[in-house]
Amino acid sequence: MNSFTSPPKDIFQNDADRTTDDGPRRAAVRNALHNYKAARTRTGATYTDWKAARSAASTIKHEAVNHLDKYLEEFERKFTARGGKVFWASNSQQAREYIVNLAKARNVRAIVKSKAMTGEEIHLNDALIAEGFGVVESDLGEFIQQLKGEAPYHFVFPCMHLRRDEISDLFHKELGTAKTNSPEELTMIARRVLRRTYVEADMGISGGNFIVADTGMISITENEGNARLTVGVPKIHVALIGIEKVVPRLGDLALLLPMLATAGTGQHLTGYNSMYGGPRQPGENDGPEEFHVVLLDNHRTRLLADPEQRDALHCIRCGACLNVCPIFKNIGGHTYGTTYQGPIGSVITPHFRGLQDWKHLSGASSLCGACTETCPVGIDIHHHLLHNRRNAAAEKPAPGEGLLWKAFTFLMRRPALYRLATRFAPLGSMLHPLIERSALDPMIAWTNTRDFPEAATKSFRQQFNAHQAAKASKNGGAK
Amino acid sequence: MTPTQGDRDAVLGRIREALRVPAPLKHPAERSAGGEPTTAHFREWLPPVGPSLDARFELFSRLSETLKSELIVCADMDEAAAQLIKIATEASWKTLGLHHGELTSALASRLPADLGRIFVDDGYDKNALEASDAGLTECELLVAQTGSVCVTGPSSGGRVLSVLPPHHVVIARRSQIVTDLSEAYASLAAKYRDNYPSMISFITGPSRTGDIERILVLGAHGPKRLTILLLP
Repeated sequence: MNSFTSPPKDIFQNDADRTTDDGPRRAAVRNALHNYKAARTRTGATYTDWKAARSAASTIKHEAVNHLDKYLEEFERKFTARGGKVFWASNSQQAREYIVNLAKARNVRAIVKSKAMTGEEIHLNDALIAEGFGVVESDLGEFIQQLKGEAPYHFVFPCMHLRRDEISDLFHKELGTAKTNSPEELTMIARRVLRRTYVEADMGISGGNFIVADTGMISITENEGNARLTVGVPKIHVALIGIEKVVPRLGDLALLLPMLATAGTGQHLTGYNSMYGGPRQPGENDGPEEFHVVLLDNHRTRLLADPEQRDALHCIRCGACLNVCPIFKNIGGHTYGTTYQGPIGSVITPHFRGLQDWKHLSGASSLCGACTETCPVGIDIHHHLLHNRRNAAAEKPAPGEGLLWKAFTFLMRRPALYRLATRFAPLGSMLHPLIERSALDPMIAWTNTRDFPEAATKSFRQQFNAHQAAKASKNGGAK
Repeated sequence: MTPTQGDRDAVLGRIREALRVPAPLKHPAERSAGGEPTTAHFREWLPPVGPSLDARFELFSRLSETLKSELIVCADMDEAAAQLIKIATEASWKTLGLHHGELTSALASRLPADLGRIFVDDGYDKNALEASDAGLTECELLVAQTGSVCVTGPSSGGRVLSVLPPHHVVIARRSQIVTDLSEAYASLAAKYRDNYPSMISFITGPSRTGDIERILVLGAHGPKRLTILLLP
């Protein structure tokens, strides 16, 4: 689909042009977002004080992120004391190798996976499949995207861009099922296919929404029950989680879980919120014999080292900022070309994958601030987009831009020269159409999609003086 | 890098280096005297729950309806058994998964002998449990604010019984309804201290998905039905 050799910015521009022209797709996304918005507004209104709750949530994450070393070590101590294993991965390669080697060492045959954006981030499935392991995504949206061979469109709603008839056609083609127009029947097809995989898989892989320091647990939020089954049935479990997901106390979840649900999907609480503290314990009926947690850095410490933007690590991945973003609504999730889409993705991706290659995402914003307003942990998202723009320009100024500003300043400081220059503007307007939208047009980036306004034949100063003179003679005549 | 712990020192080293410069707290929370936001404060901000047990029951009951959980208030164990037999007959159950417990055992002893039983505490075959018609469990507590059922390994027969069979039936007492998640966590902490179960799960309604056009479908992977038999 995309050429690997093109710079991310060019791919972005192409995809944005294509997706904004796709009216029916945009309508489908708009419709999904409309339902979300109604639910969120309804549930949010039941809070006694959403703003105070938000400040508290922000404070909890601030405390956790600013003492990350202390809380991660506390988690590790508590979790390993109960037989869990913790692996620290500096980068995606280390994380992939650990999981692949574990699967090899345990002679794993089949792997069932619940939703994990960290898995997308490190391309875990590709690595496992390359080594001959079967991996089945069990979250319905992820299952559909895996069948389609596509990345998730939205990190909370992976297939929100697909209509039911497209999903029905996909199932018909890949699974040989009869076509249907009913979301319920489509869901039941996936249920039938997937239920056997939980029982047959010998390894389960999940992500994690929170790492709880004081009790040594991980917490997983989901609606479908697929994560409960993924963590509960196979004999080995691996959870792959970003280091920033930590919270100090189990009790903090009493605030964060309802807020995650309300901001993310408009629910009071998501269907299943489960906390796991290690493998099956003595005297327990079931659960995995081995429970591994892979703590993933993968450049998160780079973002941590920027105190100005450190609060971007407070993100609980509710997806609310995508759902309210006018850019996301129009260009869609795939156009971003990132694991984490939308405003928060535009903030963090340059830190993870390089500022110069990904700075264009920070330009793809109307700076309306809807993301910042909706964020349940109070991240200053749209200001961080400005910070990225500033940092990118400071690090590598655009060629010629400095010279242009110098010329502009020179002109603006000399009124006589400026007046002279404005005389030539109408001439420019006359000549411009000759080269408009051609390769010679210096304004092509603008004129490609917009008309360039014509210069007035008389300057404002001339018009103003003429107007004043006319008014004076009129008043003088009346007297 | 050690094969078991990985790049532990390198990751912690980068974290400590990064944290040498402090970051401002942009949204300071209202703080208690202890300096940390307390769970008592959470209660002031989240959706309100009335003070009495009746108010808690009222809200739990209302949310159950919204969530499409089936809440059945029973006068005593005999009525609970009658209700369960009615459901089992209507849905032609052949096998029921369950665990030993004060309430589950009392209920099971009132069920017809020809309904197959898999007691998960005695060791179970996961294929057989997957093929069963329902899972019957007790729970730790019920949460009024969110309409949730809190299950744990010890209270509810382990990790799987409450999620693998297609219908989850919970038998609980009215007094188990707590106000909110804060109270639920406090109660778990008091009960288990440093020896928490390896799984705690708040179940809020039957399994659900909105992945296809954001249209709600029940029974995505877990139970399609969640029934709560509530004793006085």
